[in-house]
Amino acid sequence: MINPIKSYRNTFIILIIVLFIIFLINISLGSVYIPLKQIFLSFIDGNVEKESWKSIVLNYRFPKAITAIIVGSGLSISGLLMQTLFRNPLAGPFVLGISSGASLGVAILILGGSFLGANIASYSFSSWGQAIAASSGAFLVLSAVMVAAAKVRNTMSILIIGLMFGSLTSSIISVLAYFSSATELQQYMFWSFGSLGNLSWKEISALFTIFIIGISFVIFIIKPLNTLLLGENYAKSMGVNVKRTRNFTLIATSLLTGVITAFSGPIAFIGLAVPHLTKLLFSTSNHKTLLPAVAISGAIIMLICDSIAQLPNSEYTLPINAITSLFGAPIIIWLLVRKRKIYY
Amino acid sequence: MTHNENHIIKVSDLSIGYRSKKHISTIASNLNIELKAGNMVCLLGKNGVGKSTLLRTLTKVQPALSGEVFIDNKNLKTLTNNELAKKLSLVLTERLPDSSLTVFELVALGRQPFTNWIGYLTSEDMEIIYAAFEKTSTKHLMKTKCYELSDGQLQRVLIARALAQNTPIIVLDEPTAHLDLHHTISTFSLLKNLASEFNKTIIISTHETNLALQLADELWLMSSSKFVSGPTEKLINDDELDNLFDSDLIRFSKTLKQFTISHSK
Repeated sequence: MINPIKSYRNTFIILIIVLFIIFLINISLGSVYIPLKQIFLSFIDGNVEKESWKSIVLNYRFPKAITAIIVGSGLSISGLLMQTLFRNPLAGPFVLGISSGASLGVAILILGGSFLGANIASYSFSSWGQAIAASSGAFLVLSAVMVAAAKVRNTMSILIIGLMFGSLTSSIISVLAYFSSATELQQYMFWSFGSLGNLSWKEISALFTIFIIGISFVIFIIKPLNTLLLGENYAKSMGVNVKRTRNFTLIATSLLTGVITAFSGPIAFIGLAVPHLTKLLFSTSNHKTLLPAVAISGAIIMLICDSIAQLPNSEYTLPINAITSLFGAPIIIWLLVRKRKIYY
Repeated sequence: MTHNENHIIKVSDLSIGYRSKKHISTIASNLNIELKAGNMVCLLGKNGVGKSTLLRTLTKVQPALSGEVFIDNKNLKTLTNNELAKKLSLVLTERLPDSSLTVFELVALGRQPFTNWIGYLTSEDMEIIYAAFEKTSTKHLMKTKCYELSDGQLQRVLIARALAQNTPIIVLDEPTAHLDLHHTISTFSLLKNLASEFNKTIIISTHETNLALQLADELWLMSSSKFVSGPTEKLINDDELDNLFDSDLIRFSKTLKQFTISHSK
């Protein structure tokens, strides 16, 4: 008996090749032009024409590309999980208030200096300080959402509660911003633009460890997530522990979004759009296919956005957040108009 | 009370309803049911009389207020969700959420209680899934997306999914609510066939009263004052159907074995 579930093996092979190519292009682009051959030589510790090229590749561009891959796949997976859990195509890491929570943490750290005294202000410039503030902010808001979620059965209500927490935190940030100095405000703005560079290997390994922990939660809920596609009642009737699945999803999402936002700022659009792009490409709802597909596509799109943000061969770098939305939104609109229907 | 091994479902002194912190609202009480395997049962009653509440209680979606439910001689309270999923499968009235699941994927989800952590389909699973397609004659739809199905096809596919779950009991909540007469009759005869030929116990809540009277082996009649269960012929002879709708507009004709409109005076 044949199993008519498509394996999409060829599409996956193509995606992985594309990822590899985009990865190389991303590393070769930047304010300084470095030939592809020299990049290879830097990696295999060969004789590079200029010592500075090797340093740029290994200490700046390579870690940035790795960060882009982790950020892209992590946010996209979070988005996919949210869309399935809430059965809502508008769901993404932003809606549960997780990103806003992270922003609130950083805002309190940077902008709250005037309120809370100069003591904490000295920590605000270190990326670890920001990372810890963002993670605790994300965790705090998510715990509040989860406490509320335990009391309401309806997933739609949780979605609305998440949105409410989101607006609550952004208004607190506005109040903080109103009372803070221009330098503080500027510093906060720079964080909120998002950035993939400037991470040390130590920070990247922290990012990667939490990413792996988050993903391992996801692996255990692939099967119940597929069952949830039929709705909660059917899932329950098939023996799925809906509450546990919901909690695992929330934990995985908050870990992934929390740590990514902590290190790279609130990066918009990716979490919402990549799952849709992937679903259009694969036209399946099966999470066994969708999860790896979304992870690879997220990495590819993040690398592309980062390459554009570099403004190759110029001295300027645009905020990554502007690029993700600027180039992504029209693509989604075009795809929707063309395909007419979108599924979650 | 004697304990009979053959009862696939046994309900004693069941009270159903909703319990909140402040008060209990009982919808029906003193429900007693003894049902043997391989029967097709139709649950009849007016809108709002508590048919869905009864089905929800029997399927452990909501707790009973008091009394006991035994499924396959096991107390419902002691069964875990996964154990219950191997005894009882559901076909609900609610619309499926939009997705691009194919019919095969949908039906294969029925194997969920039996598959491993990642949902790998063994050759035994595949056999059961293919058998479910055969029994519902939906094999040709296998690669179709669920959103492309007509209501009639979707209902058969949902029944196939329940069959893939391979449970002795299938509970259907108003399975023909959106269907025309042709598809309603074909759904009912499919269910009847599953009961008689494959020894499935089929419980259907329905408003297709006249069809139920012709096809059901047993009836569960629910009115605001009373709950009776038993073989269809016996309930007809005992005049139990007269009070089902509690209305001057409808009359039960014993000779036609059908409900008819009361003739105006």
